[in-house]
Amino acid sequence: MTPNGPLIPCSEAVERLWEYLDRALSAEDHARVEQHLAFCRRCCGELEFARELRAFLATAAADEIPPDVRERLQGFVRELGG
Amino acid sequence: MATQAIPGLYALARRLTDQSPEDLVQECLLRAFRAYGELADDAAGPAWLRRILVNAFRDRLRKEMRSVEEVSVEDVDEFSLYRTLAEEDPFPYSDTLHLDFLRAFGREDVRAVLLRLPVRYRAPLVLRYIEGFSTKEIARLLDEPLGTVLAQLHRGRKRFERELWDYANESGLLAKGAGR
Repeated sequence: MTPNGPLIPCSEAVERLWEYLDRALSAEDHARVEQHLAFCRRCCGELEFARELRAFLATAAADEIPPDVRERLQGFVRELGG
Repeated sequence: MATQAIPGLYALARRLTDQSPEDLVQECLLRAFRAYGELADDAAGPAWLRRILVNAFRDRLRKEMRSVEEVSVEDVDEFSLYRTLAEEDPFPYSDTLHLDFLRAFGREDVRAVLLRLPVRYRAPLVLRYIEGFSTKEIARLLDEPLGTVLAQLHRGRKRFERELWDYANESGLLAKGAGR
């Protein structure tokens, strides 16, 4: 889709990068961001960082359950009859 | 099924709250036990349990989510971690400055940063980007209008960026990273 109207400014493009990556923008807004990115190298850097930040958030927060907590919760399930 | 789901439920509870995550998992298991007859397919059990846990969390914090202070939109929206890193250049000898910044964080650091966010921003962020729920589903789970969830996600992302930067400065992560 080719957007109508002038190129959006950097501030507007950067504001929408996560929604752009989420594909949560309307088709027209998605195309506007895409059009901006085709021209603006700095915002491409912002986009790449937004992508890295999303992946970082998804993976870096993974954690393990302490054995004593696991044992207590398993005991709780047994008490419930599960 | 419940036993196998415990680690995932506990991890989710710890990301949502630092106040007795174990109790939250227990509450979830109790509710699941009572409602087990409603589960038609055991294969859907893990997702069903996660929804029950989020419901229990929502009920526990309903008051807090309503009463938390709004963060100044101006203050949050103007911050860009990408630009701040480029301008402050905390690792002057790095060719991959932005990546090195993220790599300085350990898992417990990320959890600490998430817990610094007001719960109304933290919950949608965790559910969307760590647990993978859709925005519509988050709206349903948190009993909020979709527009509110989208706005919370937007501010939550900006706030998360700012908290990453503040935490890195306050905890000495930047100094450690710069020394590598």
